[in-house]
Amino acid sequence: MRRSAIVTRAIDPAALMAEVQSTEFGAISVFAGTVRDTNDGRSVTAIDYSAYTSMAESELESILAEAQDRFGVMGIVVEHRVGTLALGDVSVAIVAAHAHRAPALDCTRFVIEEIKKRVPIWKREHYADGAREWVDPTARGVATT
Amino acid sequence: MSTVTVQLFASYAESFGGPTLEIPLDPGSTVGDLVHSIRSLPGAYVLPESPRVAVNRRFASFDQVVDPRDEVALIPPVAGG
Repeated sequence: MRRSAIVTRAIDPAALMAEVQSTEFGAISVFAGTVRDTNDGRSVTAIDYSAYTSMAESELESILAEAQDRFGVMGIVVEHRVGTLALGDVSVAIVAAHAHRAPALDCTRFVIEEIKKRVPIWKREHYADGAREWVDPTARGVATT
Repeated sequence: MSTVTVQLFASYAESFGGPTLEIPLDPGSTVGDLVHSIRSLPGAYVLPESPRVAVNRRFASFDQVVDPRDEVALIPPVAGG
């Protein structure tokens, strides 16, 4: 099975695991991206996530199809949240299931890296000093999650 | 001359002052031509050297021809995850 979605509610990684659960799998790899309290030396208090939703959903679906071809994972589910997220909130969760651990682990890594390259989602950080700025990973050359 | 609607998001929507732009389009105009026209507008300082453009929800090359009915979007640097 394969499912991806842009959501406006809290993400529950355990619920995503339950979607792919099957006795044929020996491994379920789970990646959760969460909102961190600092970025680039600044104190972060929250993050607004926004998306070009229709394209983001279609890019997510393409990434999952590629991941299934590449790693042979039998179950894969991804949710990315948009809206204003608090510190510690889950912004993205990826669950990949396979008979063996290596493809499951490699798959989750592949999916998050592709999301960061090509899914039209943006974030604006709120800082402790009251400022708010769009995050531009191409400007600093450093991963932000 | 027809026009095409260009969707803007995030930092680009802020810089150009709204969620869309209406850009004049000659027959046979390409994504590159469109970007060239947009560069003359106030707010274009925000664009990098080669901004990413999506046509009908897929990333497009600068030589792709644009139809007035296409769904066109300027895509700021993505930051999901």
